[in-house]
Amino acid sequence: MGRYRAGKGRALKNSRRHRLREFQMNPEDRFYSACLDPSGYARGLKQRTCGKILGYFCSYAPVELIHAAGLHPFRILGGKGEIRLADAHLQSYCCSLVRSGLEAALNGSLDFLDGAVFPHTCDSIQRLSDIWRLNAGFEHHFDVVLPVKLNTLSARRYMAEVLNGFRKELEQAFQVEITDEALWRAIRDYNVIREKLESLYGLRSFNPSLFDPSAVHRITAAAMFMEPGAFLKDISEYLGNVEPGVLGGTGSGRKRLVLSGGICSHPDIYDLLARAGADVVWDDLCTGTRWFEEKAEEDGRDPIGALADRYMARSVCPAKHADVRARAGELADTVRRHRADGVVFLMLKFCDPHAFDYPYLKRFLDEAGIASLLLETEDHPPAEGQLMTRFETFVDML
Amino acid sequence: MSDNEKKHDPDTKQQKIKAVSRMKEIMTNYYIEAKSAREQGRKVAWITSGGPVEPLIAMDVIPVYPENHGAMIGASKMGGQLCEKAEEMGYSRDLCSYARADIADAVYKQGPIGGLPEPDMLVCCNNICGTVLKWYETAARYFDVPLFILDTPFVHREFSQEAQNYVLSQIHEYVGFLEDCCGRKMDYVRMEEVGRFSVEGTRLWQEVLDTCAHKPAPMTAFDAFFHLALIVTLRGTQETVDYYKQLLDELKERIRRKIAMVPNEKYRLLWDNLPVWYRTRWLSDKFASHGAALVADTYTSAWSGMVPDMQGRSFLEAMAETYTKVYINISIDMMFDIVAGMIKKYDVDGVVMHSNRSCKPYSLGQYDLRRMIMDRLGVPTLIIEADMVDERSFSESQINTRIDAFMETLKA
Ligand code: SF4
Ligand code: SF4
Repeated sequence: MGRYRAGKGRALKNSRRHRLREFQMNPEDRFYSACLDPSGYARGLKQRTCGKILGYFCSYAPVELIHAAGLHPFRILGGKGEIRLADAHLQSYCCSLVRSGLEAALNGSLDFLDGAVFPHTCDSIQRLSDIWRLNAGFEHHFDVVLPVKLNTLSARRYMAEVLNGFRKELEQAFQVEITDEALWRAIRDYNVIREKLESLYGLRSFNPSLFDPSAVHRITAAAMFMEPGAFLKDISEYLGNVEPGVLGGTGSGRKRLVLSGGICSHPDIYDLLARAGADVVWDDLCTGTRWFEEKAEEDGRDPIGALADRYMARSVCPAKHADVRARAGELADTVRRHRADGVVFLMLKFCDPHAFDYPYLKRFLDEAGIASLLLETEDHPPAEGQLMTRFETFVDML
Repeated sequence: MSDNEKKHDPDTKQQKIKAVSRMKEIMTNYYIEAKSAREQGRKVAWITSGGPVEPLIAMDVIPVYPENHGAMIGASKMGGQLCEKAEEMGYSRDLCSYARADIADAVYKQGPIGGLPEPDMLVCCNNICGTVLKWYETAARYFDVPLFILDTPFVHREFSQEAQNYVLSQIHEYVGFLEDCCGRKMDYVRMEEVGRFSVEGTRLWQEVLDTCAHKPAPMTAFDAFFHLALIVTLRGTQETVDYYKQLLDELKERIRRKIAMVPNEKYRLLWDNLPVWYRTRWLSDKFASHGAALVADTYTSAWSGMVPDMQGRSFLEAMAETYTKVYINISIDMMFDIVAGMIKKYDVDGVVMHSNRSCKPYSLGQYDLRRMIMDRLGVPTLIIEADMVDERSFSESQINTRIDAFMETLKA
């Protein structure tokens, strides 16, 4: 990697961005606008292409199959705003991703969806699938009951069978044929997207000052909302514009952090950390590396097998099972590899899988001499002032 | 659990179920045996409540149930205190209180029996929840022992052929795991024998529950919560079969002699979700004061749902399906069918749902289930918010008022 400095892809101020019309927009504007209003993006896409859109919640949703069927996979990251309708279906002790996702389905904010796909993850998503199917009224509904174990041959076999079953279900529901060729094309598209995101992350780790604090987060989120072809074009252009320049990452006195947890839908956290004197340089999030790490093998033989292998090889989500100590080791390695000074755990309240892993991850980091901070979030992060104080204290301590 | 029972003992001599003392004896012996496993040169396995225990019995391994232990902790009213300890260890208060209490007790050994016997191996079947997966991973790290996971795909609409094959191959892997841990081979003749005891015990358990279809009911769900312990922990043994025969005889005798558990039974209710272990007596008295008997529940009947449909298969093969289709591993609409069947069978006037903040797979979806029960069956349904073990999440005054109001609507 050479030396880089900010190119013309630097962030535009929010107010100006809004005023720009599509044809004047550059890739970064398009990422930001998709990220600010994912539903607006999806509606626009639907209008332009008359295509069908399938929603999904989890990084184990086989987006390649959806894409190969000619549909658009759209990640649901929960809505903002008040919860009213979902309260009639979900108790208060359910995570805000599930609650706000259901709210959005019930109040019409997701009216552009033709359906949704629920890969098996946690207990809450499992029940959300039922509630959604019984109440949300979308035309299509898919449950992809993937194995929970990811470390045995029989699970690998079952994984491939489930993916194959989903392929058939898609074909039937939408009256399309998903050819191997189409599937390989989709795999290639997503592999390139993953590669690009990885180099984006790499650039940020190399020199965080190249980007606005929340830019990488927004771009990664945009990858989950935008039509893959369009995103690919934009990300290639965007990366091409990040020009070599002065090295600003090290020796700047700023601290380097890794975020760990489930979903993060609060770009502000990156800004606040930056103000406190720390840059996020890598993550272990469902909306970050867990979505793009590991590529599917493009050996031209068995596309479903390639997808299954990717899920088996990828770093494990806490709702799944592989080696019981793998996550801690990987997290500590990530910290070392990116010369980070500490870890911030982002815990979504009521998220069981992540909450169960936290004590052991924390202890492991403590023993490895890596500092960490726990931040529990709901649909809204804690008040800014309070957050700022906690961040500053943490960063000062590093 | 013995403590729980003591508190529940009805006042009058006549109402007491006599088999209770035999049950206590069996459970006490069981825990003594489990605690002295090392001296006897026997191995101990921790296993989830919905897990296939039969292969363990066949391999002469002592099964230990952290969830049963959790219930015991709850009934002894030690839940809040142990849960707090777990929270100090970094476990969120929002996690399942069985898991929290048990994790804390594994470290501090301050529970009612001074800690469970430590495991030589762990067997986790995720047919009840994703929590057990995480909980057993924690135990596997803490005790540094091998962990086997029986992954039973959730049944949203059907138990697919692929899922059946997957579970079946894991049953064989499970046997292999046990053989490795024990250093000896499975005796398949013995396995089938254990399977027969299991089937018989489970059938008897169903018959025990079925006695409550009689009016008035000779026992209530509160008794079922207590007598459940054996079908959970010692399924597949002669002892369990004998015990439930004894219990069944006694219940039939009560029916013959018209002995009701709730004197002047007027209303018949169905309970959904786990018991509130630290308040069984209070709740039982509360409902009884309104002449209401809890004649059935979805919780204890989950184990009677485990009678395999043998269809000429071996027990191990039939088991794959049975264990995957248990009550909380199925969709809300499938649960509704089961609840509707129970409402009819036990001639129920109302449903009481325990919205249990510990148990998301059981509780999320209850609001929809409730709507289906009210809309499609016209059966009034009450939801009370609580927790099975952590007494800090129980608001007596609120629940008291809600139950009174609900009973008023039933009476109207
Ligand atoms: S894994 Fe956690 S954040 Fe994701 S849906 Fe489940 S509980 Fe919510
Ligand atoms: S979450 Fe529910 S099913 Fe799972 S261990 Fe806790 S109480 Fe049992």
